[in-house]
Amino acid sequence: MNVAPTMKAAPRFAASLAATVLGLGIAASPALAAPSGPPIRIGSTLSLTGPLSGTAIIHRIAGEIYVEQLNKKDGLLGRPVEWIVKDDQSKPDLTRTLYEQLITVDKVDLVIGPYATPNIVSAMGVAQRYNKMLVHHTMGIPSLAKYEMQFPAWSVGANPETTVPNTVLDALATLPRPPKTIAIVTSKFPSVYLMSKGAQEVAKKRGLAEVLFLEWEFGNRDYGPIANRVKDAKPEFVWVGAIGLEGNQLLDAMKKIDYLPPLHFYMYPAPGPLAKLPEASNALAASIFEQHPPFTNNPVAAEFVRLYNDRAAKAGLADNSVETQAAASYSTWQVLEAAITATKSLDDKAMSDWLKKNQVDTIQGRLRFDRTNNYGDDLMRVKQVQKGQWVTVWPKEWAAPGAKILGQ
Amino acid sequence: MTLPSATLLAQAVLSGVFIGALYGLLGLGLSLSWGMLRQINLAHFALAFLGAYLTHHLTSVAHWDPLATLLLIVPGFFAFGALLHWVFARFAITPFNSLLVTFGLTVIIESAIQWIWTADPRMLDSAYGHVKFKLGALYVPLPELLTLAFATTLSTATWAALRFTDLGRAMRAAAEDAPTAAAFGVDERRLSLLLSGVSAAFAGVAGLCLALSFTLAPSQVYAWIGVVFAAVMIGGLGNPLGPLVAGIVIGVSESLTMAITAPAWAPLVSFSLLIAVLLARAEKI
Repeated sequence: MNVAPTMKAAPRFAASLAATVLGLGIAASPALAAPSGPPIRIGSTLSLTGPLSGTAIIHRIAGEIYVEQLNKKDGLLGRPVEWIVKDDQSKPDLTRTLYEQLITVDKVDLVIGPYATPNIVSAMGVAQRYNKMLVHHTMGIPSLAKYEMQFPAWSVGANPETTVPNTVLDALATLPRPPKTIAIVTSKFPSVYLMSKGAQEVAKKRGLAEVLFLEWEFGNRDYGPIANRVKDAKPEFVWVGAIGLEGNQLLDAMKKIDYLPPLHFYMYPAPGPLAKLPEASNALAASIFEQHPPFTNNPVAAEFVRLYNDRAAKAGLADNSVETQAAASYSTWQVLEAAITATKSLDDKAMSDWLKKNQVDTIQGRLRFDRTNNYGDDLMRVKQVQKGQWVTVWPKEWAAPGAKILGQ
Repeated sequence: MTLPSATLLAQAVLSGVFIGALYGLLGLGLSLSWGMLRQINLAHFALAFLGAYLTHHLTSVAHWDPLATLLLIVPGFFAFGALLHWVFARFAITPFNSLLVTFGLTVIIESAIQWIWTADPRMLDSAYGHVKFKLGALYVPLPELLTLAFATTLSTATWAALRFTDLGRAMRAAAEDAPTAAAFGVDERRLSLLLSGVSAAFAGVAGLCLALSFTLAPSQVYAWIGVVFAAVMIGGLGNPLGPLVAGIVIGVSESLTMAITAPAWAPLVSFSLLIAVLLARAEKI
């Protein structure tokens, strides 16, 4: 399915609603037979235990919802779908072993990616060895994705270290007083560090004066001195290359010295905990999806949000909203389904060839895989904590109704 | 390179003292069990985090005052520590084997924490976290001050007890030469159970301090092992004041490194100090 590239994103998104609604109507038809025959077995690992398990469970829930939805309709190719998930314990070496096992011992029909960059890189090597297509959802360093049959469902584009900072600074440029100075403080976690170094370059090119650049090792315990140095530097904008709760810890340290940054951005925060922090008011972050219009104008997205909210709450997750992680995961399955349906096969090569030439409508937007390392457009948007909730504020066509970026 | 301001340096020193105090508090129980009972108790860190999670749970769910959670945690952990030592003595576990057994126990406790409270990171929001004092231009947050108070009080009290009380003298005698001490009527077995219980109780107190100031995640159990081991070894095994002093030296060095140069270099500090001390006084460790 090819689409004219001149169509703007939001109208194109709305245009896909008609096809989606039609599809839902067909799917709801009682005339549709339940899937039958031997199941199509799709294998993957997830970090069900270990330090990454807090986020991996999001992908587990999203995947389970998608497989259930498939099996309630006619499955894939008329056959039921079975998802085999093994626990990689957040370890890339174990991920490699388990993907070998999935392919050679369990003999799954297809594989799908695990969570997080290091594990995806491991899985990719195995997929390449066995010529298996690999659609994945959380690869943070596109330059490492060199395998020709891998496809990213997280639409960061081939050079997110340049495009994302530009998007953020574009948003800030709309403020009455855009920032002129920037402090960049960052974890050395690889995917985060890549973005922070990119932000450093972009800021320089756009004429912002860098008043501070600091790095800390992932797993750092003490954010006091870092908070002190940011306060001392008096930046107008702070780019925080934080992952997980690092942003919360830094803000907590800043609160202890009575400091709040005038404008602040967090790269990959734990979104629920950050939004709940009073000090995080007006904090910015990047996202491909938030559970408000216009994203939820898509009935498929709206249904997924409903199911996910319910399942995540039952699973005891601290934050049960759909955002980047869950949306990227759901999109991964959408890409896989599109490739299988279009080629009417489970042939990895045929599906890969199809994906390279076509685009897939997902809940985050239309994905394409025809640029460097099979990446397409950067669909990252900017969101902001307003009144304790994340709302998309940029680009304008994706902003929540009535929302605009707020400065201090 | 721009020189940091005097306020920044002073705040960094203060920050280092506070985190060093926590290193010392975490190291206190470990140093006592390692130096006096010849048990390298890796599970001490898991116990500290279990204490932290219990503090978080009792405060967030049952709305206890965080300090009041010690009424439950201290006696509970004391009992656990005594039981653990009883098992070690019953099966005559050697120091090396104690490392392996307690490593296994650490994994079990970490898994239990994850099973009960999930892997989601948590931060305790308590009234203490909103209180801070000003010392001139410097900020003194209450949770960190409490940590320093606990660390100083417990370390000093333990040192004084071991030095000046009959019980303490008996413990030191048993640790140095159990058969000879027994000949003088020292019940080494009971004293060992007592000391192991006290060490575990100290882990519970350290857990409270962790919960007040830090993010909790099951995987974080392992993040403290390296630096606290360094504090214990630099401070001297079995020396109650040693981990506190060494912890503060390490904490201040780390903080100043982060304030003046790159924060990413801070982890080098503790291990460089450890290597230097090991080279200088290896025979005394």
